[in-house]
Amino acid sequence: MSCLNFNVSHVLSQLNLCQYLPFHRQEIMKWNGWGYSDSRFLFNKKGQAEFTGKRYKLSGMIIPGLKEWFEGTFGANLQHKSPPILNSSAVRPPTLNEAFVEELKSTGVPFSHDAEDRVFRAYGHCVHEIFALREGRIGRVPDLVVWPNCHNDVVKIVELACKHNVCLIPYGGGTSVSSALECPSEETRSIVSLDTSQMNRILWIDEKNLTAHVEAGIVGQDLERLLNESGYCTGHEPDSMEFSSLGGWVATRASGMKKNIYGNIEDLVVHIKMVTPRGVIEKSCQGPRMSTGPDVHHFILGSEGTLGVVTEVTMKIRPMPEYQKYGSVVFPNFEQGVACLREVAKQVTPDFYLIFSSGHALKPQVSSIFTSFLDGLKKIYITKFKGFDPNRLCVATLLFEGNREKVLQHEKQVYDIAAKFGGLAAGEDNGQRGYMLTFVIAYLRDLGMDYYVMGESFETSVPWDRVLDICQNVKARIVHECKERGVQFTPLSTCRVTQTYDAGACVYFYFGFNYRGLSDPVHVYEQVEHAAREEILANGGSLSHHHGVGKLRKEWMSETVSNVGIGMLKSVKDYVDPNNIFGNRNLF
Amino acid sequence: MVVDSYKVQRVKPMWKCLEPVFSRMTSRGQLHRLQKRSQHRASGRAGPEHDEEFVDILEERRRSSDLGHALRTFNPHPYRGAPPCSTADLNKAVLESQYLRYVAKEIAMETGSSEEDVREEARGILEEMSQNLQLRFIRLMGYTLTKVFKRLFTGIFVNMEGLGTLQQAIQEAPVILMPNHRSYVDFLVISYILFTYDIPVPVIAAGIPLAGMKMVGEILRRSGAFFIRRAIGSDKLYWAVLSEYVKTIVRKGYAPMEFYVEGLRSRTLKSVTPKLGMMHMVLEPYFKSEVFDITLVPVSISYDRVLEESLLAHELLGVPKPKESTAGLLKAGKVLQEDYGTMHVNFGRPLSVRQLCQGKINRCQYNSAPRDLPQKPTEEAQACVSWLAHLMVRIQDEGSVISPWSLMACLLLQAPMAVLAEEGLPWERLAERTLWLRRLALDCGAGLNWPGQTPDSDVMSSAVALHRSVVYRRAGRVYLLQQEEPARKRPISPEEAVMRIATAVLMLASYRNQSLHVFARPALLATALHITKSTQRDELFACFCFLQDVFSYEFILVPGELSQDFEEACVLLEKCGAVHISQQEVTLSDMGLEALSFLRALIQPFIDSYQVMFRYLSEEGDPVLTEKQLVPAVRNRATKLILSGELRTYEALSSDTLKNALSALQRLEAVTKLRTPEQNEYKVNSAAVGRIGDILSGTIPPQMLQTTPDARL
Repeated sequence: MSCLNFNVSHVLSQLNLCQYLPFHRQEIMKWNGWGYSDSRFLFNKKGQAEFTGKRYKLSGMIIPGLKEWFEGTFGANLQHKSPPILNSSAVRPPTLNEAFVEELKSTGVPFSHDAEDRVFRAYGHCVHEIFALREGRIGRVPDLVVWPNCHNDVVKIVELACKHNVCLIPYGGGTSVSSALECPSEETRSIVSLDTSQMNRILWIDEKNLTAHVEAGIVGQDLERLLNESGYCTGHEPDSMEFSSLGGWVATRASGMKKNIYGNIEDLVVHIKMVTPRGVIEKSCQGPRMSTGPDVHHFILGSEGTLGVVTEVTMKIRPMPEYQKYGSVVFPNFEQGVACLREVAKQVTPDFYLIFSSGHALKPQVSSIFTSFLDGLKKIYITKFKGFDPNRLCVATLLFEGNREKVLQHEKQVYDIAAKFGGLAAGEDNGQRGYMLTFVIAYLRDLGMDYYVMGESFETSVPWDRVLDICQNVKARIVHECKERGVQFTPLSTCRVTQTYDAGACVYFYFGFNYRGLSDPVHVYEQVEHAAREEILANGGSLSHHHGVGKLRKEWMSETVSNVGIGMLKSVKDYVDPNNIFGNRNLF
Repeated sequence: MVVDSYKVQRVKPMWKCLEPVFSRMTSRGQLHRLQKRSQHRASGRAGPEHDEEFVDILEERRRSSDLGHALRTFNPHPYRGAPPCSTADLNKAVLESQYLRYVAKEIAMETGSSEEDVREEARGILEEMSQNLQLRFIRLMGYTLTKVFKRLFTGIFVNMEGLGTLQQAIQEAPVILMPNHRSYVDFLVISYILFTYDIPVPVIAAGIPLAGMKMVGEILRRSGAFFIRRAIGSDKLYWAVLSEYVKTIVRKGYAPMEFYVEGLRSRTLKSVTPKLGMMHMVLEPYFKSEVFDITLVPVSISYDRVLEESLLAHELLGVPKPKESTAGLLKAGKVLQEDYGTMHVNFGRPLSVRQLCQGKINRCQYNSAPRDLPQKPTEEAQACVSWLAHLMVRIQDEGSVISPWSLMACLLLQAPMAVLAEEGLPWERLAERTLWLRRLALDCGAGLNWPGQTPDSDVMSSAVALHRSVVYRRAGRVYLLQQEEPARKRPISPEEAVMRIATAVLMLASYRNQSLHVFARPALLATALHITKSTQRDELFACFCFLQDVFSYEFILVPGELSQDFEEACVLLEKCGAVHISQQEVTLSDMGLEALSFLRALIQPFIDSYQVMFRYLSEEGDPVLTEKQLVPAVRNRATKLILSGELRTYEALSSDTLKNALSALQRLEAVTKLRTPEQNEYKVNSAAVGRIGDILSGTIPPQMLQTTPDARL
């Protein structure tokens, strides 16, 4: 689940506890939930919601209104607790390829077949994966975990894997939400999880060309922090950047929330090095653009670990912004909000602003959290004086970056446009809190699961003219499907526009329901998500904007890219990896 | 005496069976359902299996103030609480739509006129078309209609359950009300009922002639009517304005939309082949994912007696229909003095387009181009629209309430007409046969309006009394009424005598038509049994298909479901005890000769009439004819044949039957329509027509005639 939305330079100032990921990540991170072990929502003895730990701005705070929202939205009850069943000992012993292990030992690359290490790398963060872990149901897991330290280590491991016919599954941040990390149940070979976390160095920074050459295992927050120390940033801030890795971004075509200023991952990379069973693929120079046939980088971008391991990447960097300003706008309804975003995307040159909206963020469910932040006077002003219907309100949160003058100029421009669509400026604080709100959602899901509430988000990209229709239809479909499958309480079914493009937008859907009384809630969940995806496709939405296909969405791949398209992808796979060493079976 | 509420006798009709409608699509589901049905029958419950509560809505009007009703607080709950949309806003949205921009640009390019001129023209079209729904006028309409209805009808019976589900459905999705159209009287009856029960009143698609009526046109417009020209043909701009108008109303969903899928008022009281243009416009917002779902509500309106009965008969015999005018309406005062019995308005179960279209339409087909771009509908979309339109007609049929008189008309028509006019039929015999037919109709799933608490003989007597314009009863016999004409100077010619009888026969035929759909499938099978003299299922099926093809404009069957229809016919005939069915064979049973001969006789007038047309055309030798020449010519031929005693049915004189026969020949590609600007000319392939005639008479065996699925737009 990747819906952590927050401004890194802001939040990271609180995050000085952790540097780099350790070999045994379970020491600091949850093995069956999101994020750090010390950070979680809970209801304390007084029944108040609280966020534990010291890592985040919200840590140690009481969150008023969360309980009411939680109970009101899902019909959840604090008396009905569904705590996780902890049982990590139910892991089947590893199937080891002895010859491979022997030779691996001689290379000196560290590895482990400890059960906890293996289980940790067997799953991403799909709801069904986490739910199974919480229930102690553990399926096929990798048999071995290896920690290469550099590009050459990877070359050695891939050579050995080819030699001994071992299945390799690259593992970066582990934040996948597409079942991409799941071990194929039909795989009979020994499965080795290749953990890139120790390849986490910035190898050089080229200040003349503003590029940085980085090992692909580095996770987002470390990359940003290290570059910040030198006065630079990449500006690539996906929601999961606390944990997700550079190599993972490349392998899934990731997108960050500041992409309007800095671009998506495909715009940011200048050079990629990948180790495949056929050998190493890389371009011969750092030319900023080439006309040399189809761009081979695009075989790598989005390959989801099916072709090889990305080891090193040269990325564009920028000086850290001199000035930053948050903002927020309240719209009377979602329709007006979307119309405004569309207009902003048309008029404002994208260079120095970021707009990031939460459509329907203020539907009642979130409004109670939000309004607890919102100071009372403003609330009265919005709802009473301006005639806004509080149930239909919608908030857009904004972040402007760049030089001060330009930021202020763009800010004015955006607010002027917003005013034309009935938008009211709702202050800097609300903008900043808007980001906070979105980053806690991932932790919130774990709280939900403690109380019979199951939730997930999924995304799509869609042309502008279909944004409203797709939102309306997918939300309706979710409600209908839940009803049909015996979900007793009306589910949470809402959406946000999270990215704007010239020709369309990225839309996120949030879906959660109270599963008390259902014998197989995960199955119900999967059926509903499946139906929702079909609805998205029928409404002209894409299969995925940035989460990727993995195994969760591969049934729709051929209709998405056509049979010829699948054939092209397969023929690349057949050449690069004829023995399916990279056997995670994602994409097709 | 009218009772406040009563139940319509009905064996559960097919569409109300337990399975959801769409399970019908799979042939396995179909068979399964039929088995279930036959079990129903085997269980042999005597009484009706499904009763529906109908309530007379005029009852309260008779007891309380009409003005009070008209001024009642109207508090409807529209779809998603959609805000009301003013006429100006609606029209603006239509004119400014991207779709209309595209079309205007295209037309400007083609004609060389300026885009501004085209858009101006579009504005004019929209002005002529648009409704201007206003609550004040609904009240006025309510007041007037209460007065009129109380005078005309002893009761207007509405199924309250249907109204309840409609009220619910309207809040959940845009609703399309799809009534059948049998009389001018029903034009506003749905609005009237919805107004009475706090349901948003609909905007209604109407024919442009109504708009031309002084005052009345404007009142209708303000009661929600919008007006569509007849014969739009290839007027691209008109189509574009109309379709954007319709689609905008559906998308906004602030009011239900009402339209006649048959496209017009049926002159014969029989269902008409549905028109697909409007249906497509209504469905497109769902196909293109502009709305989550659309709800179709079929509404069946049935009359004991239709106001326009003699007007219609004359029209069918070639006397032109008077132009709709306010003066004409006022002159109709005389008509208002008579008793027209009861009217039934049966609101069908709301049907979700989303569910119905599952697996029939791939919405992704609209994903690669802007949805506003004018595009020809794909074959898939056309087939889906056609299927749905036919389905709606079928559900309307099944929801209609059949009067005892309609059953009597079936039987009366099977007597020789000259005998019926001159010597009459024994009343006792007719009564006995009518009761027999009632059982058969119930077995076939008809919804009968046969009051249970009144003695059967009284029911039949009052039916005859109500229809004294068609028959009269004297000294224990029933006679066909021949219209008296005022003081004639000269004796009437034999041809005029034929026409006089024909008027009464066609009125009688219209009332028979009210129940024709109940018997259509088993009757086609009975005819196939007779023509083929075979017991082999596959031969019978081939003949059944052939008959359905030839009579596709007479009996509206859902395209692509012939084998289900055939199965259904088999099961029904078996249920009446007329046949035994095995894997391979359908064999006659001695028990069911009466039913078989009745069913065959029901189809016979159509066969005879079509044969007159076929023979005429095959003797003419590949001529090129216009419809205007053809109909009177065949009518003359038929008159001669009736006079010479060679033709028994007077229905061959009906322009409707003749036009249907011509359409069928066109469909079977024995006749081709030549596109000439002024007139519809037809080129006849005499040999092909002759061959069809020969198959119909059983002289050559039926081979499957391959025709393309009927999916015109």
